[in-house]
Amino acid sequence: MLKIKNLHASVDGNEILRGIDLEIGNGEVHAIMGPNGSGKSTLARVLAGEESYEVTAGEVLFDGKDLLEMDPEDRAREGVFMAFQYPVEIPGVSNTYFLKAALNAVRKHRGLPEMDALEFLTVVRQKMKLVQMDDSLLNRPVNEGFSGGEKKRNEIFHMAVLEPKLAILDETDSGLDIDALRIVAEGVNVLRGAERSFLLITHYQRLLNYIVPDYVHVLVDGRIVRSGGKELALELEEKGYAWLEQEVAQATPVGA
Amino acid sequence: METTSTSTIEQFASQEYKFGFITEVEQEIVPPGLNEDVVRLISAKKDEPEWMLEWRLKAYRHWLTMKEPRWPNVHYPPIDYQGISYWAGPKKKGEGPKSLDEIDPEILETYKKLGIPLKEQEILAGVAVDAVFDSVSVATTFKEKLGEMGIIFCSFSEAVHNHPELVRQYLGSVVPYTDNFFATLNSAVFSDGSFVYIPKGVRCPMELSTYFRINAKNSGQFERTLIIADEGAYVSYLEGCTAPMRDENQLHAAVVELVALEGAQIKYSTVQNWYPGDENGKGGIYNFVTKRGKCDGARSKISWTQVETGSAITWKYPSVILKGEGSIGEFYSVALTKGRQQADTGTKMIHIGKNTRSTIVSKGISAGHGQNTYRGQVKILKGADGARNFSQCDSMLIGDQCGAHTFPYIDVQNPTARMEHEASTSKIGEDQIFYCNQRGIATEDAVSMIVNGFCKEVFRELPMEFAVEAQKLLAVNLEGSVG
Repeated sequence: MLKIKNLHASVDGNEILRGIDLEIGNGEVHAIMGPNGSGKSTLARVLAGEESYEVTAGEVLFDGKDLLEMDPEDRAREGVFMAFQYPVEIPGVSNTYFLKAALNAVRKHRGLPEMDALEFLTVVRQKMKLVQMDDSLLNRPVNEGFSGGEKKRNEIFHMAVLEPKLAILDETDSGLDIDALRIVAEGVNVLRGAERSFLLITHYQRLLNYIVPDYVHVLVDGRIVRSGGKELALELEEKGYAWLEQEVAQATPVGA
Repeated sequence: METTSTSTIEQFASQEYKFGFITEVEQEIVPPGLNEDVVRLISAKKDEPEWMLEWRLKAYRHWLTMKEPRWPNVHYPPIDYQGISYWAGPKKKGEGPKSLDEIDPEILETYKKLGIPLKEQEILAGVAVDAVFDSVSVATTFKEKLGEMGIIFCSFSEAVHNHPELVRQYLGSVVPYTDNFFATLNSAVFSDGSFVYIPKGVRCPMELSTYFRINAKNSGQFERTLIIADEGAYVSYLEGCTAPMRDENQLHAAVVELVALEGAQIKYSTVQNWYPGDENGKGGIYNFVTKRGKCDGARSKISWTQVETGSAITWKYPSVILKGEGSIGEFYSVALTKGRQQADTGTKMIHIGKNTRSTIVSKGISAGHGQNTYRGQVKILKGADGARNFSQCDSMLIGDQCGAHTFPYIDVQNPTARMEHEASTSKIGEDQIFYCNQRGIATEDAVSMIVNGFCKEVFRELPMEFAVEAQKLLAVNLEGSVG
């Protein structure tokens, strides 16, 4: 469903991604791990279409379509969802109002009729239960005054309502205590299915105790330097990233 | 990185003003210029009693001694007061319209185009309308039905004839004819406007509304509104305004006076959408308005809500004098400036009585080259024991060519007073827009959603129908504002 070929991207003229190749099949869960500054979040944001990142080479196909040609909202409507590392607050706009606008934009794009308030509420209640979301967060303004954990849960809740084909979780585990992490992970697990793929961006292995990935990739310096199964995450947990970084440094001639 | 602002501002400025059409109607317009004869002429046209003419002349003579204020944070070339026509109106057929059937169909059509049907059967139930076309009130609806409850809702001219005792008692009691340059000018040359009296203990069963339309070229509009809520009465009043697109600036210098007696409540809401001028700042309305209410009796309440989206320049401070013990003043404002628009607006809360309370919530939105100033005064006089004020002034910037300014003046003479002031300035963040985009929401819808969220505290003070209108108006005005 997602094919990334030789993807290069820069920010303010600095190249961050230096040739990423990655394929994600239907229903697969891939984890991207790597040290700080390796380009993990950049990859997520480039896929979501944030305009401060400039793609300098490569291509990304999503269900056979050129993802990089699409505006961010069209990517979302096609089924790409990103759970933000730092979800922004939108004061005065209630979470339900926001989600209804989002869901109807997505439905319209897919040729489905827009939902009225009642239908929407039925869907919302059902999804809320699914991800153990608190009622009170529904009518509060989007993310305003939410705790870190509430924000992350709200992202998972949005995902549950919007039912994307590809969900990118950008360091969703950061800043969460163990209970919050468990709830978020359970939310993700119930949303796993044959028609939904995941790209988990994480620095730590601990998230992967709760969401078990099919594949793990290690990103160092803008490139995937190693791929493997879930056991690769454990190896990293044990050894850290330093040994991989050293390997990369030795393999790359100075000044290259 | 491509900035959102450049392309936007261009689109934004090219945004068309929807209400800019001109009505072809036989006009009666006096030649430009102002002198005592013009004041007499206006008074004579309206067949006014001697006391009214005297009041106008006193105002005119006082005006000659005054200088145009230059302290507002707005910039415009000097106004040629001799170049303005002080009277314009649709030509009267005989005695003037007795019923809607006698109104020029062109005018009825105009109001229909503006979405304000004057035929009672077409009107939204629950809103009575007074329509002012240039200098003349052309129609007041539901007058008879309201009359049965003792409510007077008519044009100002009619009130001068039919209710002189009320007009003489209250005219100038809140905004004296000496008040300020523009209010004094208005006192001399005001043409028409609305008059409302709600008798003791009566709760007005429908929203009362005035719709102002400037049509004639080179004319000013100087209307005057006077609303009196007698003891225990309640009224909610709405005001809307538009004008055609013309290259010349047009002056709108109105005065609104509100009087709330013991236990009375007046809620006054404005949605102002005068023509703002073109992208280079050519044309547009100068909206220099004096609006003030007096909470005369104990436990009375006056609440101003305004949504200011139009005008080349807006200069107004709807204020409340809190005289009655335990009286309450409120001011809720949304002011949007884009293109070359300038707004200097805010409020004054003057606490005189004990335990008086006031709330100020101001939301300024600037886009394009718009300049938006909040100027507010809270004054707590010596006798105002236990007075309380809460002020909140928030500014939102869209793009990087616009400006937001806040000038709060606080004057507390009583040590028991409690004041709270909060202020914030934010930019519509690209991160907010991206977040919306990432959920499938298009940029324009995102901007409109974010701005409406920002204004929510004000919108919820508006009557239902108006709130919906205001949100749409804001959305239309913001179209193309972000990239």
